[in-house]
Amino acid sequence: MEHYISLILKAVFVENMALAFFLGMCTFLAISKKIEAAIGLGIAVVAVLTLTVPVNNLIYNNVLREGALSWAGLPEVDLSFLGLLTYIGVIAAIVQIMEMILDKYIPALYAALGVFLPLITVNCAIMGASLFMVERDYTFGESVVYGFGAGLGWALAIVALAGIREKLKYSDVPEGLRGLGITFITVGLMSLGFMSFSGISL
Amino acid sequence: MAEVTAKKVLFEPIFNNNPIALQILGICSALAVTSSLSVTLVMCISVIAVTAFSNLFVSVVRSQIPNSIRIIVQMTIIASLVIVVDQILRAYAYEISKQLSVFVGLIITNCIVMGRAEGFAMQNGPWLSFLDGIGNGLGYSVMLIVLAFVRELLGSGSLFGVTILPVVNDGGWYVPNGLLLLPPSAFFIIGLSIWGLRSWKSDQVEEPDYRLSRQTTKEAF
Repeated sequence: MEHYISLILKAVFVENMALAFFLGMCTFLAISKKIEAAIGLGIAVVAVLTLTVPVNNLIYNNVLREGALSWAGLPEVDLSFLGLLTYIGVIAAIVQIMEMILDKYIPALYAALGVFLPLITVNCAIMGASLFMVERDYTFGESVVYGFGAGLGWALAIVALAGIREKLKYSDVPEGLRGLGITFITVGLMSLGFMSFSGISL
Repeated sequence: MAEVTAKKVLFEPIFNNNPIALQILGICSALAVTSSLSVTLVMCISVIAVTAFSNLFVSVVRSQIPNSIRIIVQMTIIASLVIVVDQILRAYAYEISKQLSVFVGLIITNCIVMGRAEGFAMQNGPWLSFLDGIGNGLGYSVMLIVLAFVRELLGSGSLFGVTILPVVNDGGWYVPNGLLLLPPSAFFIIGLSIWGLRSWKSDQVEEPDYRLSRQTTKEAF
Protein backbone atom coordinates (compact mmCIF):
# COMPACT_ATOMS: atom_id res chain seq x y z
CA MET A 1 0.00 0.00 0.00
CA GLU A 2 2.76 2.40 1.00
CA HIS A 3 4.46 1.67 -2.29
CA TYR A 4 1.36 2.73 -4.21
CA ILE A 5 0.95 5.93 -2.22
CA SER A 6 4.52 6.94 -2.90
CA LEU A 7 4.05 6.09 -6.58
CA ILE A 8 0.97 8.28 -6.87
CA LEU A 9 2.60 11.21 -5.04
CA LYS A 10 5.61 10.88 -7.27
CA ALA A 11 3.47 10.86 -10.40
CA VAL A 12 1.44 13.88 -9.33
CA PHE A 13 4.13 16.18 -7.96
CA VAL A 14 7.71 15.10 -8.52
CA GLU A 15 7.29 13.80 -12.05
CA ASN A 16 4.46 16.04 -13.10
CA MET A 17 3.64 15.21 -16.71
CA ALA A 18 3.19 18.79 -17.83
CA LEU A 19 5.69 20.69 -15.76
CA ALA A 20 8.57 18.25 -15.37
CA PHE A 21 8.37 16.29 -18.63
CA PHE A 22 6.54 18.83 -20.81
CA LEU A 23 4.11 16.29 -22.11
CA GLY A 24 0.77 17.36 -23.48
CA MET A 25 2.07 20.89 -23.94
CA CYS A 26 0.10 21.67 -27.09
CA THR A 27 -3.29 21.20 -25.47
CA PHE A 28 -1.88 22.52 -22.22
CA LEU A 29 -1.24 25.91 -23.80
CA ALA A 30 -4.18 25.95 -26.17
CA ILE A 31 -7.05 25.04 -23.81
CA SER A 32 -5.94 26.92 -20.71
CA LYS A 33 -7.69 30.23 -21.27
CA LYS A 34 -10.82 29.35 -19.29
CA ILE A 35 -10.97 27.49 -15.99
CA GLU A 36 -14.14 25.54 -16.89
CA ALA A 37 -12.63 24.21 -20.09
CA ALA A 38 -9.42 23.34 -18.27
CA ILE A 39 -11.31 21.36 -15.63
CA GLY A 40 -13.26 19.47 -18.32
CA LEU A 41 -10.12 18.58 -20.19
CA GLY A 42 -8.36 17.65 -16.97
CA ILE A 43 -11.09 15.17 -16.01
CA ALA A 44 -11.07 13.67 -19.50
CA VAL A 45 -7.29 13.19 -19.33
CA VAL A 46 -7.51 11.50 -15.93
CA ALA A 47 -10.20 9.13 -17.21
CA VAL A 48 -8.37 8.24 -20.41
CA LEU A 49 -5.02 7.75 -18.68
CA THR A 50 -6.46 5.53 -15.96
CA LEU A 51 -7.87 3.31 -18.71
CA THR A 52 -5.15 3.30 -21.35
CA VAL A 53 -2.04 2.76 -19.22
CA PRO A 54 -3.30 -0.51 -17.65
CA VAL A 55 -4.64 -1.78 -20.97
CA ASN A 56 -1.34 -1.08 -22.69
CA ASN A 57 0.42 -2.71 -19.75
CA LEU A 58 -1.60 -5.91 -20.26
CA ILE A 59 -0.90 -5.90 -23.98
CA TYR A 60 2.78 -5.28 -23.48
CA ASN A 61 3.24 -7.97 -20.86
CA ASN A 62 1.11 -10.62 -22.55
CA VAL A 63 1.70 -10.08 -26.24
CA LEU A 64 4.52 -7.77 -27.21
CA ARG A 65 7.27 -8.42 -24.72
CA GLU A 66 10.14 -10.74 -25.57
CA GLY A 67 9.09 -14.26 -24.68
CA ALA A 68 5.57 -13.13 -23.77
CA LEU A 69 4.02 -15.26 -26.48
CA SER A 70 5.29 -18.52 -24.98
CA TRP A 71 1.69 -19.42 -24.02
CA ALA A 72 0.97 -19.60 -27.74
CA GLY A 73 3.97 -21.81 -28.36
CA LEU A 74 6.18 -19.01 -29.70
CA PRO A 75 8.72 -18.42 -26.94
CA GLU A 76 11.35 -16.59 -28.99
CA VAL A 77 9.13 -14.05 -30.71
CA ASP A 78 9.87 -10.41 -29.77
CA LEU A 79 7.21 -8.02 -30.96
CA SER A 80 8.30 -5.03 -28.90
CA PHE A 81 9.12 -3.03 -32.03
CA LEU A 82 5.38 -2.96 -32.75
CA GLY A 83 4.85 -1.18 -29.44
CA LEU A 84 4.45 2.36 -30.71
CA LEU A 85 1.88 1.38 -33.29
CA THR A 86 -0.07 -0.73 -30.80
CA TYR A 87 -0.19 1.87 -28.05
CA ILE A 88 -1.42 4.63 -30.29
CA GLY A 89 -4.03 2.27 -31.76
CA VAL A 90 -5.23 1.27 -28.29
CA ILE A 91 -5.40 4.90 -27.21
CA ALA A 92 -7.34 5.95 -30.30
CA ALA A 93 -9.73 3.03 -29.91
CA ILE A 94 -10.36 3.63 -26.20
CA VAL A 95 -10.99 7.32 -26.78
CA GLN A 96 -13.43 6.48 -29.56
CA ILE A 97 -15.25 3.91 -27.41
CA MET A 98 -15.42 6.30 -24.49
CA GLU A 99 -16.91 8.92 -26.76
CA MET A 100 -19.62 6.52 -27.96
CA ILE A 101 -20.46 5.27 -24.46
CA LEU A 102 -20.67 8.77 -23.07
CA ASP A 103 -22.81 9.89 -25.99
CA LYS A 104 -25.21 6.99 -25.46
CA TYR A 105 -25.51 6.83 -21.67
CA ILE A 106 -24.35 10.11 -20.15
CA PRO A 107 -25.21 12.81 -22.70
CA ALA A 108 -24.69 15.62 -20.19
CA LEU A 109 -21.10 14.60 -19.59
CA TYR A 110 -20.64 14.06 -23.31
CA ALA A 111 -21.76 17.60 -23.99
CA ALA A 112 -19.19 18.85 -21.51
CA LEU A 113 -16.26 16.65 -22.49
CA GLY A 114 -17.13 15.77 -26.08
CA VAL A 115 -15.02 18.41 -27.74
CA PHE A 116 -11.95 17.45 -25.79
CA LEU A 117 -11.98 13.72 -26.40
CA PRO A 118 -10.65 13.77 -29.98
CA LEU A 119 -7.92 16.17 -28.86
CA ILE A 120 -6.79 13.64 -26.32
CA THR A 121 -5.71 11.07 -28.89
CA VAL A 122 -2.89 13.34 -29.96
CA ASN A 123 -2.06 14.46 -26.44
CA CYS A 124 1.53 13.44 -25.80
CA ALA A 125 0.84 12.99 -22.10
CA ILE A 126 -1.33 9.95 -22.84
CA MET A 127 1.19 8.32 -25.12
CA GLY A 128 4.06 9.40 -22.86
CA ALA A 129 2.54 7.72 -19.83
CA SER A 130 2.27 4.42 -21.71
CA LEU A 131 5.88 4.70 -22.88
CA PHE A 132 7.13 5.49 -19.37
CA MET A 133 5.14 2.53 -18.09
CA VAL A 134 7.00 0.25 -20.50
CA GLU A 135 10.37 1.84 -19.82
CA ARG A 136 10.00 1.51 -16.06
CA ASP A 137 8.55 -2.00 -16.18
CA TYR A 138 5.48 -1.37 -14.03
CA THR A 139 3.29 -4.24 -12.93
CA PHE A 140 -0.45 -4.13 -13.63
CA GLY A 141 -1.34 -2.66 -10.22
CA GLU A 142 1.39 -0.06 -10.47
CA SER A 143 0.26 0.92 -13.94
CA VAL A 144 -3.29 1.63 -12.76
CA VAL A 145 -1.96 3.84 -9.99
CA TYR A 146 0.60 5.49 -12.24
CA GLY A 147 -1.98 6.24 -14.94
CA PHE A 148 -4.30 7.84 -12.44
CA GLY A 149 -1.54 9.83 -10.76
CA ALA A 150 -0.07 11.08 -14.00
CA GLY A 151 -3.51 12.22 -15.15
CA LEU A 152 -4.18 13.94 -11.85
CA GLY A 153 -0.88 15.80 -11.99
CA TRP A 154 -1.57 16.98 -15.51
CA ALA A 155 -5.09 18.09 -14.59
CA LEU A 156 -3.76 19.96 -11.57
CA ALA A 157 -1.21 21.78 -13.70
CA ILE A 158 -3.66 22.84 -16.41
CA VAL A 159 -6.26 24.08 -13.92
CA ALA A 160 -3.60 26.08 -12.10
CA LEU A 161 -2.37 27.59 -15.35
CA ALA A 162 -5.91 28.47 -16.42
CA GLY A 163 -6.42 30.23 -13.09
CA ILE A 164 -3.31 32.30 -13.60
CA ARG A 165 -4.22 33.13 -17.20
CA GLU A 166 -7.71 34.28 -16.24
CA LYS A 167 -6.13 36.89 -14.00
CA LEU A 168 -3.34 37.61 -16.44
CA LYS A 169 -5.63 38.87 -19.18
CA TYR A 170 -6.30 42.04 -17.18
CA SER A 171 -2.64 42.93 -17.01
CA ASP A 172 -0.71 45.15 -19.35
CA VAL A 173 1.81 42.91 -21.07
CA PRO A 174 4.44 44.24 -23.54
CA GLU A 175 3.16 43.94 -27.10
CA GLY A 176 5.31 41.15 -28.49
CA LEU A 177 4.94 39.08 -25.37
CA ARG A 178 1.14 39.11 -25.38
CA GLY A 179 -0.68 35.80 -25.49
CA LEU A 180 1.70 32.94 -26.17
CA GLY A 181 4.92 34.58 -25.02
CA ILE A 182 3.78 35.49 -21.54
CA THR A 183 2.11 32.10 -21.18
CA PHE A 184 5.42 30.38 -21.79
CA ILE A 185 7.10 32.48 -19.16
CA THR A 186 4.28 31.80 -16.70
CA VAL A 187 4.59 28.08 -17.29
CA GLY A 188 8.34 28.38 -16.79
CA LEU A 189 7.79 29.98 -13.39
CA MET A 190 5.25 27.29 -12.46
CA SER A 191 7.71 24.65 -13.51
CA LEU A 192 10.37 26.23 -11.29
CA GLY A 193 7.91 26.00 -8.44
CA PHE A 194 7.24 22.34 -9.12
CA MET A 195 10.96 21.64 -9.20
CA SER A 196 11.04 22.23 -5.48
CA PHE A 197 9.15 18.93 -5.13
CA SER A 198 12.02 17.07 -6.69
CA GLY A 199 13.90 17.18 -3.41
CA ILE A 200 11.24 15.01 -1.78
CA SER A 201 12.28 11.41 -1.38
CA LEU A 202 9.55 8.94 -0.63
CA MET B 1 -3.54 30.88 -48.85
CA ALA B 2 -3.90 32.60 -52.18
CA GLU B 3 -1.32 30.85 -54.27
CA VAL B 4 0.56 27.75 -53.35
CA THR B 5 4.05 27.75 -54.77
CA ALA B 6 6.82 25.35 -53.91
CA LYS B 7 9.10 28.05 -52.58
CA LYS B 8 6.44 29.58 -50.41
CA VAL B 9 5.43 26.21 -49.00
CA LEU B 10 9.02 25.46 -48.12
CA PHE B 11 10.07 28.74 -46.54
CA GLU B 12 6.86 30.19 -45.10
CA PRO B 13 6.89 28.00 -41.96
CA ILE B 14 10.42 28.95 -40.98
CA PHE B 15 9.77 32.53 -39.85
CA ASN B 16 6.36 33.75 -40.98
CA ASN B 17 4.33 30.82 -39.76
CA ASN B 18 6.66 29.05 -37.37
CA PRO B 19 5.02 25.91 -36.00
CA ILE B 20 6.30 26.49 -32.48
CA ALA B 21 6.11 30.25 -32.16
CA LEU B 22 2.82 30.85 -33.92
CA GLN B 23 0.85 27.66 -34.40
CA ILE B 24 1.63 26.31 -30.88
CA LEU B 25 2.43 22.87 -32.24
CA GLY B 26 4.96 20.31 -31.13
CA ILE B 27 6.19 22.06 -28.05
CA CYS B 28 6.58 18.99 -25.85
CA SER B 29 9.72 17.70 -27.42
CA ALA B 30 11.07 21.20 -28.00
CA LEU B 31 11.54 21.54 -24.29
CA ALA B 32 12.71 18.15 -23.26
CA VAL B 33 15.49 17.35 -25.71
CA THR B 34 17.23 20.69 -26.00
CA SER B 35 19.83 20.57 -23.25
CA SER B 36 22.54 19.37 -25.62
CA LEU B 37 23.07 20.24 -29.25
CA SER B 38 23.94 16.82 -30.68
CA VAL B 39 20.82 15.18 -29.24
CA THR B 40 18.74 18.05 -30.58
CA LEU B 41 20.15 17.67 -34.09
CA VAL B 42 19.25 13.99 -34.18
CA MET B 43 15.76 14.83 -32.97
CA CYS B 44 15.39 17.54 -35.64
CA ILE B 45 16.46 15.21 -38.43
CA SER B 46 14.02 12.56 -37.22
CA VAL B 47 11.17 15.03 -37.07
CA ILE B 48 11.92 16.47 -40.53
CA ALA B 49 12.03 12.96 -42.00
CA VAL B 50 8.82 11.85 -40.34
CA THR B 51 6.90 15.03 -41.20
CA ALA B 52 8.04 15.01 -44.82
CA PHE B 53 7.33 11.34 -45.48
CA SER B 54 4.07 11.20 -43.56
CA ASN B 55 2.87 14.21 -45.55
CA LEU B 56 3.97 12.47 -48.75
CA PHE B 57 2.21 9.19 -48.00
CA VAL B 58 -0.94 10.74 -46.61
CA SER B 59 -1.15 12.91 -49.69
CA VAL B 60 -0.67 9.92 -52.00
CA VAL B 61 -3.56 8.00 -50.47
CA ARG B 62 -5.69 11.02 -49.62
CA SER B 63 -8.44 10.31 -52.12
CA GLN B 64 -8.74 6.69 -50.99
CA ILE B 65 -9.16 7.43 -47.28
CA PRO B 66 -12.78 7.37 -46.07
CA ASN B 67 -13.41 10.56 -44.19
CA SER B 68 -14.63 8.95 -40.98
CA ILE B 69 -11.48 6.96 -40.29
CA ARG B 70 -8.92 9.38 -41.66
CA ILE B 71 -7.37 10.11 -38.26
CA ILE B 72 -6.67 6.41 -37.69
CA VAL B 73 -5.17 6.01 -41.15
CA GLN B 74 -2.92 9.04 -40.63
CA MET B 75 -1.90 7.76 -37.22
CA THR B 76 -0.98 4.37 -38.64
CA ILE B 77 1.17 5.93 -41.35
CA ILE B 78 2.90 8.20 -38.85
CA ALA B 79 3.40 5.46 -36.28
CA SER B 80 4.96 3.13 -38.86
CA LEU B 81 7.38 5.86 -39.93
CA VAL B 82 8.33 6.58 -36.35
CA ILE B 83 8.99 2.88 -35.74
CA VAL B 84 11.37 2.93 -38.71
CA VAL B 85 13.18 5.98 -37.33
CA ASP B 86 13.33 4.45 -33.86
CA GLN B 87 14.81 1.20 -35.13
CA ILE B 88 17.39 3.05 -37.25
CA LEU B 89 18.45 5.16 -34.27
CA ARG B 90 18.76 2.10 -32.08
CA ALA B 91 20.92 0.41 -34.67
CA TYR B 92 23.26 3.27 -35.56
CA ALA B 93 23.14 5.81 -32.73
CA TYR B 94 22.35 3.80 -29.63
CA GLU B 95 23.76 6.30 -27.13
CA ILE B 96 21.69 9.16 -28.48
CA SER B 97 18.58 7.05 -28.75
CA LYS B 98 18.99 6.20 -25.04
CA GLN B 99 19.14 9.91 -24.23
CA LEU B 100 16.08 10.68 -26.30
CA SER B 101 14.31 7.82 -24.48
CA VAL B 102 10.56 8.15 -24.92
CA PHE B 103 10.76 11.27 -27.03
CA VAL B 104 11.37 9.40 -30.26
CA GLY B 105 8.12 7.55 -29.68
CA LEU B 106 6.44 10.81 -28.90
CA ILE B 107 7.07 12.10 -32.42
CA ILE B 108 3.86 10.18 -33.19
CA THR B 109 1.86 12.50 -31.02
CA ASN B 110 3.87 15.54 -32.04
CA CYS B 111 1.11 17.82 -33.18
CA ILE B 112 3.21 19.19 -36.06
CA VAL B 113 3.18 15.87 -37.87
CA MET B 114 -0.49 15.24 -37.30
CA GLY B 115 -1.47 18.85 -37.87
CA ARG B 116 0.31 19.06 -41.22
CA ALA B 117 -1.06 15.71 -42.38
CA GLU B 118 -4.58 16.80 -41.52
CA GLY B 119 -4.27 20.45 -42.47
CA PHE B 120 -2.14 20.36 -45.60
CA ALA B 121 -1.50 16.91 -47.01
CA MET B 122 -5.21 16.03 -47.17
CA GLN B 123 -5.79 18.88 -49.65
CA ASN B 124 -2.62 19.06 -51.68
CA GLY B 125 -0.59 16.96 -54.07
CA PRO B 126 2.29 14.70 -52.99
CA TRP B 127 5.18 16.95 -54.08
CA LEU B 128 3.87 20.08 -52.39
CA SER B 129 2.98 18.12 -49.28
CA PHE B 130 6.48 16.69 -49.13
CA LEU B 131 7.94 20.20 -49.30
CA ASP B 132 5.47 21.45 -46.72
CA GLY B 133 6.60 18.67 -44.41
CA ILE B 134 10.24 19.63 -44.86
CA GLY B 135 9.42 23.32 -44.37
CA ASN B 136 7.54 22.75 -41.14
CA GLY B 137 10.19 20.36 -39.93
CA LEU B 138 12.77 23.07 -40.61
CA GLY B 139 10.73 25.71 -38.81
CA TYR B 140 10.62 23.40 -35.84
CA SER B 141 14.32 22.65 -36.09
CA VAL B 142 15.34 26.31 -36.25
CA MET B 143 13.59 26.97 -32.97
CA LEU B 144 15.03 23.82 -31.37
CA ILE B 145 18.57 24.52 -32.49
CA VAL B 146 18.44 28.09 -31.19
CA LEU B 147 17.20 26.76 -27.87
CA ALA B 148 19.81 24.03 -27.68
CA PHE B 149 22.58 26.45 -28.69
CA VAL B 150 21.74 28.86 -25.89
CA ARG B 151 21.16 26.14 -23.33
CA GLU B 152 24.30 24.15 -24.00
CA LEU B 153 26.60 27.16 -24.47
CA LEU B 154 25.53 29.00 -21.34
CA GLY B 155 24.56 25.97 -19.31
CA SER B 156 27.67 23.86 -19.68
CA GLY B 157 30.03 26.08 -21.67
CA SER B 158 30.31 23.76 -24.64
CA LEU B 159 28.84 23.10 -28.07
CA PHE B 160 28.47 19.53 -29.37
CA GLY B 161 30.36 18.51 -26.21
CA VAL B 162 33.42 20.60 -27.28
CA THR B 163 34.39 23.18 -24.68
CA ILE B 164 33.94 26.76 -25.91
CA LEU B 165 33.87 28.64 -22.64
CA PRO B 166 36.24 26.92 -20.17
CA VAL B 167 34.31 26.46 -16.94
CA VAL B 168 35.57 27.30 -13.47
CA ASN B 169 35.63 23.69 -12.30
CA ASP B 170 38.23 22.84 -14.95
CA GLY B 171 40.34 25.89 -14.16
CA GLY B 172 38.69 28.22 -16.71
CA TRP B 173 36.92 31.51 -16.14
CA TYR B 174 33.28 30.79 -17.03
CA VAL B 175 30.80 30.10 -14.24
CA PRO B 176 28.13 27.93 -15.90
CA ASN B 177 24.52 28.88 -15.37
CA GLY B 178 23.01 25.69 -13.98
CA LEU B 179 19.46 26.95 -14.47
CA LEU B 180 19.82 26.62 -18.22
CA LEU B 181 20.28 22.88 -17.94
CA LEU B 182 17.06 22.57 -15.98
CA PRO B 183 13.70 22.22 -17.74
CA PRO B 184 12.12 25.60 -16.85
CA SER B 185 14.79 27.55 -18.71
CA ALA B 186 13.44 26.19 -21.99
CA PHE B 187 10.14 27.91 -21.32
CA PHE B 188 11.85 31.21 -20.65
CA ILE B 189 13.99 31.01 -23.77
CA ILE B 190 11.00 30.12 -25.98
CA GLY B 191 8.98 32.93 -24.41
CA LEU B 192 11.75 35.43 -25.03
CA SER B 193 12.41 34.26 -28.58
CA ILE B 194 8.71 34.60 -29.36
CA TRP B 195 8.97 38.14 -28.04
CA GLY B 196 11.94 38.74 -30.32
CA LEU B 197 10.25 37.22 -33.35
CA ARG B 198 7.09 39.22 -32.81
CA SER B 199 8.91 42.49 -32.34
CA TRP B 200 10.50 41.83 -35.72
CA LYS B 201 7.33 40.62 -37.46
CA SER B 202 4.83 42.82 -35.71
CA ASP B 203 1.81 41.38 -37.55
CA GLN B 204 2.04 38.29 -35.37
CA VAL B 205 1.24 40.22 -32.20
CA GLU B 206 -1.95 38.96 -30.57
CA GLU B 207 -4.80 41.30 -29.75
CA PRO B 208 -5.23 41.80 -26.01
CA ASP B 209 -8.50 40.64 -24.42
CA TYR B 210 -8.76 43.83 -22.43
CA ARG B 211 -7.16 47.19 -22.93
CA LEU B 212 -6.32 49.28 -19.91
CA SER B 213 -8.15 52.54 -20.05
CA ARG B 214 -6.20 55.72 -19.72
CA GLN B 215 -5.81 57.22 -16.33
CA THR B 216 -8.33 60.01 -16.19
CA THR B 217 -7.90 61.61 -12.79
CA LYS B 218 -4.75 63.34 -11.74
CA GLU B 219 -3.07 61.87 -8.76
CA ALA B 220 -3.17 64.08 -5.73
CA PHE B 221 0.07 65.47 -4.61
